[in-house]
Amino acid sequence: MTVKIKSFPGTSLSEEDFEQGKILYNYDELNGKFAWDNGIAIGRYLASLKEGVILGARCTTCRKIVVPPRIVCEWCFRPMHEYVPLQDTGTVNTFSLCYVTWDMRRVKDPEIPAVIEIDGASPLHGIMHLLGEVDPQKVHIGMRVNAVWRAAEDRSGAITDILYFKPLEEV
Amino acid sequence: MTMRKVAVVGAGMTRFVRRALETPKELSWQASRMALESCELTLDDIEAVCMGTAPDSFDGIHMNGEYLADGAGAWRKPYMRSYVGGGTGVFVPIQGWYHIASGMFDVVLVVAEEKMSSYYPHAQAAFLTIFDHTTERALKPNLLWIFALEMNRYMTTYGISKADIARVSVQHKHNAAHHPCALLGDADITVEDVLNSEVLAWPVQRYDVSPVSDGAVAVVLAAEHVAKRLTDKPVWIEGVGWNLDTAYWTNRDLVYPRYVEYAARMAYEMAGIREPKKEIHIAEPYDPFDYKALHHLEGLQLAERGQAPQLYIDGTAALDGNMPVCPSGGLLGVGNPIAAAGLMKIAELYWQLRGEAGDRQVPGQPRRGIAQAWGDLMQVGTVVIMGR
Repeated sequence: MTVKIKSFPGTSLSEEDFEQGKILYNYDELNGKFAWDNGIAIGRYLASLKEGVILGARCTTCRKIVVPPRIVCEWCFRPMHEYVPLQDTGTVNTFSLCYVTWDMRRVKDPEIPAVIEIDGASPLHGIMHLLGEVDPQKVHIGMRVNAVWRAAEDRSGAITDILYFKPLEEV
Repeated sequence: MTMRKVAVVGAGMTRFVRRALETPKELSWQASRMALESCELTLDDIEAVCMGTAPDSFDGIHMNGEYLADGAGAWRKPYMRSYVGGGTGVFVPIQGWYHIASGMFDVVLVVAEEKMSSYYPHAQAAFLTIFDHTTERALKPNLLWIFALEMNRYMTTYGISKADIARVSVQHKHNAAHHPCALLGDADITVEDVLNSEVLAWPVQRYDVSPVSDGAVAVVLAAEHVAKRLTDKPVWIEGVGWNLDTAYWTNRDLVYPRYVEYAARMAYEMAGIREPKKEIHIAEPYDPFDYKALHHLEGLQLAERGQAPQLYIDGTAALDGNMPVCPSGGLLGVGNPIAAAGLMKIAELYWQLRGEAGDRQVPGQPRRGIAQAWGDLMQVGTVVIMGR
């Protein structure tokens, strides 16, 4: 590659080398367990989700309304005290039709992750979530959607209290 | 502030493979040894070592920098591992650069290593932990999601076709066919092959993506007075830049990488470059996915917004074009051992600007090149400009 180098190190192994025991290897499973504190702003966000409300926060300096809420405006570096309940409707900013799971298993019916701009937040401010109750081929950028909530008694104060977003009108 | 001139004076790399027999330390040593041999130095000449490697979760080794230290020749020397996600490979030479530019050291070894295959069965699952644990991870996100979401936003906003994006993958894999370390070089692949490959996360298909890989790269940096004694052909680091955007990636428009623009402007100003399109002869933008190369060319100010595909359509980006893009073959062709892949771009510019790139040599004695990497949660840009 360089013209001056004649051979390059690095020995390629194949899956068969493992399966047929041609090489020795050490297999182990690391099982870490964590409990994450939600903090002040995300704590409020999750408590609101339990009540069926998507919560944002407003910066009194730059007047941006962000979601999820946070205690400091990352642009002004001023505290954000003001929490704002947003709509549970929004617009699809972008989406994907995903045929592999997080651990690379193949699925026949695609998951539809999307960035959804939430109504009431500043333009282009959204959250990542899933779309449902929609023909994957009909999803498009700019599609209007609303949240489908878990039944109130089943909500736990988690992002999954919203099951998914579905189209506002029949598509 | 006066900064000393810094040159790249040596480089080495291992082959990039899907699964290497060698351990991360062994890969690091091979690349380091080659870099030292290429400029006829020994470890005694090295005053400090900079190490780049991406998330510990791939290796399952906490404090991976310390684990790798002996492979990089770092014991009893000033040593630090830097980490900015996928941007690490182009950041770690910047770390080496300021070690020398500041006057602190004269000769520094820069090593980048990645072994992604240890995470079993597939490194993909390790990426789950980059998402916010409370607001995103519960949705079981896949790393492909964020690329698919960004690619869709990019192509839909500008009306770019999948076929035009596929040209990037085709050309980089063609270039990689001439790279002796490449994992996915392919002189015969066509746009149709890319468009017919398995749909992973539409619009992302199998051949739009770079492969999970193992490998290591090392370069030697030297201050001007040392570099001029070591070689007749030092390749100078003329500009560096790095920048970070918000981690709230759903609160900004994914269509344009502003952080890459800021990093590039910082580097251009340092290098005294006013018209990048004319003054950059070789571009090595970060290309883990084919659309990312386009995205980054725009961020680097080497194409107007939404116009980067034109460089591939009109031949500007070809190996014999006016501004060859990824003559190495990039991550799509050579492979993507994360930190090592970024430093591979620095090594490629070093070989290209010295006229030592063999079958991949860009004609016309190129004088200046730019390398860029990108990473973290779609938010980091790192840029190095090199010239002779």
